[in-house]
Amino acid sequence: MDALSATTVELDLAAVPLRTVNALLQGREVAGHDALEVDTPVTLTNPRGAHAVAVGMDTPRQVTVAGHVGYYAAGMNQRADVVIEGNAGVGVAENMMSGSVLVKGNASQSAGATAHGGLLVVEGDAAARCGISMKGVDIVVGGSIGHMSAFMAQAGRLVVRGDAGEALGDSIYEARIYVRGTVASLGADCVAKEMRPEHLEELATLLKAAGFEDDDPASYTRYGSARTLYHFHVDNAAAY
Amino acid sequence: MHDDLTLARRGLRPSATFDPATIADIQRAATTGIYDIRGGGAKRALPHFDDLLFLGASMSRYPLEGYRERCGTDVTLGARNARYPLELAIPVTVAGMSFGALSGRAKEALGRGASEAGTSTTTGDGGMTPEERGQSKHLVYQYLPSRYGMNPDDLRKADAIEIVLGQGAKPGGGGMLLGQKISERVAGMRTLPQGIDQRSACRHPDWTGPDDLTIKIAELREITGWEKPIYVKVGASRPYYDVKLAVHAGADVVVVDGMQGGTAATQDVFIENVGIPTLAAIPQAVQALQELGVHRKPDGVQLIVSGGIRTGADVAKALALGADAVAIGTAALVALGDNDPRWDAEYQAIGSAAGYYDDYQDGRDPAGISTQDDELAARFDPVEGGRRLANYLRVLTMEAQTIARACGKAHVTHLEPEDLVALTVEAAAMARVPVAGTDWVPGRPGPSF
Repeated sequence: MDALSATTVELDLAAVPLRTVNALLQGREVAGHDALEVDTPVTLTNPRGAHAVAVGMDTPRQVTVAGHVGYYAAGMNQRADVVIEGNAGVGVAENMMSGSVLVKGNASQSAGATAHGGLLVVEGDAAARCGISMKGVDIVVGGSIGHMSAFMAQAGRLVVRGDAGEALGDSIYEARIYVRGTVASLGADCVAKEMRPEHLEELATLLKAAGFEDDDPASYTRYGSARTLYHFHVDNAAAY
Repeated sequence: MHDDLTLARRGLRPSATFDPATIADIQRAATTGIYDIRGGGAKRALPHFDDLLFLGASMSRYPLEGYRERCGTDVTLGARNARYPLELAIPVTVAGMSFGALSGRAKEALGRGASEAGTSTTTGDGGMTPEERGQSKHLVYQYLPSRYGMNPDDLRKADAIEIVLGQGAKPGGGGMLLGQKISERVAGMRTLPQGIDQRSACRHPDWTGPDDLTIKIAELREITGWEKPIYVKVGASRPYYDVKLAVHAGADVVVVDGMQGGTAATQDVFIENVGIPTLAAIPQAVQALQELGVHRKPDGVQLIVSGGIRTGADVAKALALGADAVAIGTAALVALGDNDPRWDAEYQAIGSAAGYYDDYQDGRDPAGISTQDDELAARFDPVEGGRRLANYLRVLTMEAQTIARACGKAHVTHLEPEDLVALTVEAAAMARVPVAGTDWVPGRPGPSF
C-alpha cells in the first residue's frame, strides 16, 4: 500500500466503520485502505456521538473531529493532538498519557479520568468527576465542573475558570487544583492553600497553553491535600 | 495455654458463641481501637468441594486406563471475539496478585511456574512489571478501578485483559496497601507518595453499570485492535445476574471468585461476612451461561472459577460443575514457599506461626514473598519458586486427570454434574447435585429416575 502524503485526510464515520478508522489512526494496516503516515493530519466527519473515537493512538498526529462524540473519545491517547469540534461524552481523554485533547464544547462526566499526562482542555463546562484519579495530566476547563471532581486525584493540575461542584478533591493525593470561581464544598482532606510565586507561574503557563492567557492567575485559589488521611488512624474515622 | 481436656475435667466449658478466638478479637479491638486487617480468604468453615464426591465408573460407565488412555487438559479462552485467544495446556491458571502486595521476585516466579506448566498468570493492582511480563508466556493484564500503572503500552503487551469489578474476599470493596509496603518502586508505579497507606477505589472511575461496561469493553477492543480476549472478574455475590450482565456487556471470559478467595489486605469482618462460597457460585454462573446459550460452545463464553482451589479434586469438581478453568492464588503462594515450616521461628517472632501466617499487609513475610523489603525479598529464589509452582500445577492437573479417567472422560472438561454427589444437604442444594445415596436434590421436585 502507498502511504498518503502529509496533507489532511478525511475519514467519514458515516461511511467507514469505526474499527477501520481507529485502526488507520493507530497506524495499523487495513485491507482496502491506504495506510496513514504517522504524522498525517486527519479530519473525522459525521462522528454522530460515536463511542471510542480516535482511541489508542500513539503518533504525533493532528486529528480533528467535526462534531459531537460519545464515551471515551481519544482514550489512552499518546502524542496525538485531538480537537473535538463539539461536545464530548463520558471519559474524554481517559487515561491519556501524552499529547493533547481540546473539546470545543462541553464534556460529560469523568473527563480526563486517570490520565497520566498530556493536556486536556474543555472550553465549555465539564460534568461530575472531572479529573477523577488523575495521575499527572493537566486539565483546563473554560467553564465550571461538577461534583466529586478530582476525587482521589493523585498527580497533575486541574484548572477551573468557573465554579466547582460539591466535594471537590475528595481524598486527594498530590494533584493541585486551581479554581477561579466558587467551590460548593471541599471533599475529605482537601483544603485551600496559599498561592506562592511558583504556583502563580505554573498557573500562568497552564492558562497560556490552554488559550486563556488573559486570565489573572492571582484571581484563582489553589486547593490540595491536607495530607491528614495519608495514614489510616482511628481518630480520622469520622472523615471517611 | 490451657489443655482442653484438663479444662473439661474441671467442668470448664467454652462458649460456642463467645469462643476463645472471639474473646481475643474483642480484647484486641478494645485495645487497639481499629478493626483487624489481614490477608488470605475466609477462614470460617463453609460448604466446599470437600462436601462433594465423584461417582467413579462401574457397570453403567466405562473408565479410561490410568496410564495409557489420553485425558485431555487443554483449554481455549476467549475465542469469541479475540483474534488471539489464549490456548492453555492446563485448565488451572494463576489469579491476579499485585506487585506491591507481592515482591517483584515472587511475581517473576509466578510467571516462571505458570509458563513452565503451559498456563497463564495475571497482573494485579499496581501495574505490569518487566520481570512478570518477561517470564510469563501468557499474561493477563488486570484493568482495575484504581488504574494504578495502567498504560496502553502494557495493555498492548498483554495476552488478555481482565476487567476487575470485584474479588471474592471483598465483593464491593476496594484495595488496600499499607504504607510499609509502598516502597519507592511501588509508589512510582502507582503515582503515589512513598510510605502512605494507600486505598484503591472500589468503583471504576469512568463507567457505571452494565451498559457503560459494554462501551468500555468496546473501547478496550478498539485500543488493542480486537486481538485480545477480554475477561470480566466478579466477586461471588449475585453470580447469576453478574454473569448474565457481563456476557451482555461483551465479555469473552467471566471470572467468578468465591469468598474463600484470598486478598493481600482486607478487613477480617469483610472477608468473613461478605460474598458467597465458591461452591454456591458455580451453578448460578453456569445457569446464566446456559440460558444465554454460551456455555461450552466453540464461540461461547468461558467461565473461570477461583476461591479455595487446593487439589486436583477441587479442580475436577469445579470443572464438573461447569467451569472451563480455575484460578489459584493462595495455593500458588503456598507452592512458592509461603508459610514454609523452615521459617517457623521467624513467623513465631512476629506473632504468627508457619501454616497460620496471613499478615500479608505487614510486609514482614519471612519467606520473602509478600514483602517489599529488599532483604526479605532476596531470600526468595524466583527460579526455585517457579519450579515449585510448576510442580504443583502439574500435580493438580494429574490429579484432575486421574478423577476424570475414573469417570470415563477423555477430557477433564467432559466431567459433568451427573458425576457428582454431595455429602451434606447444604452442599447438595448449592451444587445442585443429589445427596449421596439418594436421588434428592434439595429444591428440585420429585425423583430423578
